[in-house]
Amino acid sequence: MSGFAKPLKIALGLIVIAGLIIVPMNFNRYGLFILSQWAVMSIAAMGLNLTLGYAGQVSLAQGAFVGIGAYAAAIMTTHGWPLPVAIVVAIVLSFAVGWVLGYPALRVQHHYLAFVTLAFSTLAFLVFRNESWLTGGIYGISNIPRPHIFGIATNKPLPFYYVCLGSLAIVSLAVWWLIRSPWGRAFMALRENPLRAQSLGVDTRRYTLMAFAIGSALGGVAGALYAPLTQYIDPVPFNLSLSLDLLMMVIVGGAGFYFGPFLGAMIAVLLPEWLRFTEGYYLMLYAVAVMLLLIWSPTGILGILDRYLAERRTKAASALRAVAKSRLETVQ
Amino acid sequence: MSAVLEVTSIKKNFGGISAVDGVSFDVREGEILGLIGPNGCGKSTLFNCILGQLTPSGGEVKLDGQVVTGLRPAELNKLGVSRTFQLLQVFPKLSVRENLILAGQEHQGNMASRLVGRSDAGLTGAANQMIGFFKLDHLADEPAGGLSYGQQKLLDAAMAFMGGPRLVLLDEPAGGVNPSMLSDLKDRLVAINREKNATFVVIEHNMEFVMSLCSRVMVMAEGKVLAMGRPDEVRKNPAVIEAYLGH
Repeated sequence: MSGFAKPLKIALGLIVIAGLIIVPMNFNRYGLFILSQWAVMSIAAMGLNLTLGYAGQVSLAQGAFVGIGAYAAAIMTTHGWPLPVAIVVAIVLSFAVGWVLGYPALRVQHHYLAFVTLAFSTLAFLVFRNESWLTGGIYGISNIPRPHIFGIATNKPLPFYYVCLGSLAIVSLAVWWLIRSPWGRAFMALRENPLRAQSLGVDTRRYTLMAFAIGSALGGVAGALYAPLTQYIDPVPFNLSLSLDLLMMVIVGGAGFYFGPFLGAMIAVLLPEWLRFTEGYYLMLYAVAVMLLLIWSPTGILGILDRYLAERRTKAASALRAVAKSRLETVQ
Repeated sequence: MSAVLEVTSIKKNFGGISAVDGVSFDVREGEILGLIGPNGCGKSTLFNCILGQLTPSGGEVKLDGQVVTGLRPAELNKLGVSRTFQLLQVFPKLSVRENLILAGQEHQGNMASRLVGRSDAGLTGAANQMIGFFKLDHLADEPAGGLSYGQQKLLDAAMAFMGGPRLVLLDEPAGGVNPSMLSDLKDRLVAINREKNATFVVIEHNMEFVMSLCSRVMVMAEGKVLAMGRPDEVRKNPAVIEAYLGH
């Protein structure tokens, strides 16, 4: 991303933010629901991007953490607790569970780790479904209230969309800070070469657990917003397919790229809507589009951009080398 | 001169194979000790046992008189022991400067201060200095994966010095490095050895490099120490000639 001039990047960012605030003002209820869903899924995908994209730890359990956050928020807010408190509880809870889920990653990696997290995903689903005393079982929890933020009711779709968007903004800033801090560098070291990282004093155990815990906590945040967004939850949305969807968002957007999850979530949430005019074929077209994209660019959408910028750098560098070489020959 | 590192009767077995078979030696403060021997004689395994990458089957490692056997690599690194690997070990997607900052950051502050503090952990200056020292200036912002093999080898060595180590174990630093770069590398190692008073143990097959760089040389064969002494002594040792140097 370093190929663009800074003022241009800032201008582009401001336009996008302004667009996200202004354009939806005359959206209908359904349009706002979809856009809010995009914001919520972006948060969950950012969490997974941290665990998988930056720290290189495969997880098929992000959907389960969205579920944990959603149930925490649903149970608490239907018992009269304010949503911000529920969000904090969701963060703490999914952070702690994510930390524990990180322990297998200290022993197994890659697809073995995928299976461990997959098992956890199934376990979480069974808890949501079977522990009716807590979760309402298959009947779920209904009438989940939307919060009052600074005294403003967010019952209507537009104010609640702004709640989701604001939360996305806060999470984005926090993740940006984390990625550019030494922690972010240590996460990438974990992904690229854990053996070398250890020999440079990087406590790979602690950073692995942190990568899982923080990524999971963001899943929890997303869940805690999802519950008041839909105002009704049951176990079905939090089964394995949500984890797979979130994984796809990260991969399609570009794992390990900061803006990957925003794009990935946009494609996963909005593209099916845009393809709806094709009626029965939309899911097929969607599947084919995703396959073609990944054949063309295995590193996702942002991988295309990155490749282009890398090629430009390589060209510039080889031009420099050619000059250096000719100088060397003159000396000899 | 006191011993920085004391290794006593280190053993490492892999199944029925005894890769390191009771090796004892010490490394004196400020020296450059060469470690040579035929392929498969246990040099790298010995390094891995000393540095906690492998758990030795027996024996003891002492750092400044403290037993450090079984400590994890990250813990040993925090105590001032650093290393390079035989095969290239840089972080290909990070830039040269980022590689160096990473190599030093865990020695700055603690987990919390590294989260809330400066993005570069205050190391950009030190990284730039190291970049200049290893003549990588024009490559500072390039991803390390795009560098030539020899340049990556230099970066790899530079990374080992970022934490300000007292003892550095270098596993074939000269392997695959061209002759002109090699003399650069040697100059750098000697300079760091003198200026920072860092102690080195160097595994190397390039005899000229070892003999001119090291104050003492240890020769291993089949998991055991075959000889130890000044380079000229070792070179004349009949057992060493038989096992390694050839006639």
